[in-house]
Amino acid sequence: MINRDLVIVGGGPAGLSAAKIAIDAGMKVTIVERFNQLGGQLIKQTHKFFGSQLQYAKTRGFDIANILIDDLAGYDNLEILLDATCVAMYPDKVLTIYQNNKYMKYKAKSVIIATGASEKFLAFENNDLPGIYGAGAVQTLMNIYGIKPGKEVVMIGSGNIGLIVSYQLIQAGVKVKALVEAASKVGGYLVHAAKLKRLGVDILLNTTVKKAIGKEKLEKVVTVKLDDNWQEIANTEKEIKTDALCISVGLSPLHQLMSMAGAKMLDVSELGGYVPKKSCDYETTIPNVYACGDVTGIEEASSAMVEGKITGLMAVKHLGFKLDNMEKLEADLNDQLCILRQGPCGEKIRCGLKKVGEIYD
Amino acid sequence: MRINEHPIIDFDHSKKIHFTYNGKSMFGYEGDTIAAALFDNGIRYFSDSVIYKRPRGLYCAIGNCGSCNMQVNGEDNVKTCMTLLEENMEVISEISEDKDD
Amino acid sequence: MIEKTIVPDKETIKSRFPNKKVLTRPKAIIECYQEIPCNPCETSCPFDAIIIGEDINTIPKIDYDKCTGCGICVYSCPGLAIMNVMIKNGKAYFKVPYELLPLPKVDEVWLACNRHGEVITKCKIEQVMPPKKTNYKTALITVSVEQPYLYEFSTIRSPYE
Repeated sequence: MINRDLVIVGGGPAGLSAAKIAIDAGMKVTIVERFNQLGGQLIKQTHKFFGSQLQYAKTRGFDIANILIDDLAGYDNLEILLDATCVAMYPDKVLTIYQNNKYMKYKAKSVIIATGASEKFLAFENNDLPGIYGAGAVQTLMNIYGIKPGKEVVMIGSGNIGLIVSYQLIQAGVKVKALVEAASKVGGYLVHAAKLKRLGVDILLNTTVKKAIGKEKLEKVVTVKLDDNWQEIANTEKEIKTDALCISVGLSPLHQLMSMAGAKMLDVSELGGYVPKKSCDYETTIPNVYACGDVTGIEEASSAMVEGKITGLMAVKHLGFKLDNMEKLEADLNDQLCILRQGPCGEKIRCGLKKVGEIYD
Repeated sequence: MRINEHPIIDFDHSKKIHFTYNGKSMFGYEGDTIAAALFDNGIRYFSDSVIYKRPRGLYCAIGNCGSCNMQVNGEDNVKTCMTLLEENMEVISEISEDKDD
Repeated sequence: MIEKTIVPDKETIKSRFPNKKVLTRPKAIIECYQEIPCNPCETSCPFDAIIIGEDINTIPKIDYDKCTGCGICVYSCPGLAIMNVMIKNGKAYFKVPYELLPLPKVDEVWLACNRHGEVITKCKIEQVMPPKKTNYKTALITVSVEQPYLYEFSTIRSPYE
C-alpha cells in the first residue's frame, strides 16, 4: 500500500490546477492520468481561450496545457503516473491503479476526482457505421496526430465543441459540408458560429440526422427538418454525400469512481448527467473526497482550472497544510468562478449548480 | 491523409514506425497511437459489435468506447487508441470472419 | 434574434462603425454581439481604448479618440471578432485576422466575402503579417476593397480553391 496525502484522478485542466496548489503547500501528491501525457483535452484545443487573463485568456489551449504542466516541474513531493487508470475507489479512500499490467494500491488521506467527461451519443439509424465519430475523436486525429478524419464532414451539434471542431476541420483542409442543429438557435458562442458562417459553412437549424447510409463505412447521411416540438417534418429529408459524420451533442460527467465509492450522486440535466452532491467546500458526501471540473458539471476549461485550484485549496485546508494568504486566495478564486458564470451564457450552469447545493446570485 | 501544413500546429512526421496489421506491412510515425496509424493507412472498420457483429470504427479515440480494441503482440482487447505504436508491432483485428447475416 | 440568424441585421452592423470621418485613420471595429465571459480585447489594448469592466461578460465599448488602429486587439480577440477599418481615396482598407493556409501574398487579388460567406467582390492584398508567437499565431492581412463594400466586407477567400 502506497500512502499519499492526496491522489488526483485525472491530469486535465482541473486536476493539474489542483495539483499545483497542493504541492505548493507541501502535500505528498500523486496524479493518475490514463493517457501517455498530461493536459487532458487541452492538448488538442488549438483555439484561443476566452475568459480573463487569470484563466490564460487569448492563449491557445495546447499552450495552456504546457503552462500548467511546466508549473508542476521540480517538485519532489509530486508523483505523476501516466498510462495509468484508476480502476477502483473505495469509501476508505483506497484506490486501485492499473499501470504496465500491474495493479497498485494507494491509500490516500484525500482524493480529488477530476476525471472529466465523455461524449454523448445520438440515436439514429446506422449510427454505429465506421465513419461516424465523436467530435473529440476528430480533434484527436487532426490536432494530435495530424490526420484528416475524411475528405468531407457533416457536423451534428452547434455547441462550442461542434463549432470549434468545424473551424478546426477547415483549418486542417477538410470541407465542412453542413453543420446541423436540432434546436432553433445556435448553442455555442456566436463569435464561433460567425467564423464558420463567413467561411461559407451551411449552418442548418431545426435540422437533425435521420439516418446514415453505407456498407461497412459511411457514404451518405440523411438529414430532416424538425418542427418546434422536435418532431420530424414530412418530406424534408435530404441526402448529403460525406465520408465522415461528427457527433457533438454534449458531454456527460465520468462519475463512475464516485458512484463506486458510494458518494451521493444526483442526476442534473443542466450539468450533463450524474454529478456528485457537494458541500460548499467541493467535498462529496465521502469525507475528504473532492470533485472538480467537468465531472461535477459540463463547463468551459476556464472554469475547470479555477475549480481545480479551489479543490486543491480545500484539500490543503482540511488536512491542516498551509499556504500564504489562503483566505484571500479562496475568496479570489470564488470571485473568478462567479464572474465566469454570471453572464447569460452561465445561466444553465448556475441553474444546475443550484440543484446540487451551490448558489450563485 | 496526413496534414502536411497547418496554420497553428507543427507536426513532426519524420520518424517512421513499421508494424503489421493482419499480416500486412504498414507504417505510422513516432508518437502515433496504433489506432491513429491504422486510420492513416485507410483502415475504417476496426471491430465488430459484440452480439450483432456490426462493423465498428474508431469512435472516441480517448479510451472510453472500446470500438478500436484489437489483439496487439498476442494480447487481446488492447485499446489501440491509447497504445503507442512501436516498431514491429503485430496488430490483428478481432473482426469475426464468418457472419450469418 | 441573432442566435437564429448568426449574422446581425445591417443596422446592427452599422452601429458598430464610427462616423466615416473618424475612419480616415485606422480604427478597430468590434463585432461582439453576445455577452460571454471574455476580456482580452480590453486587457491587450495599450491605449485603454476598449472598456469592458469588472464583469467580463459585458459587451466591449470602444473609445475612438483613444483607438490608434494598432491591430493588437485584432489578433488578441479569441473570437476573431475584431477588424481594423480605414477609408482612403474611395477605398476601404481592412486588417483582418486569418488562420488558414495558404496565406495570401502582397499584391495578389483575392475574393472578398460578406458575413454570410458569399463572395461580394475582389480585394487587393496590401500587407501580410504572418503568424508568429508574438501574435499568438494569427496572421493579420490588410486588404483594400471599393468603399461601397465598407459594411459588407468580412473576410478574404483564396481564389485558387
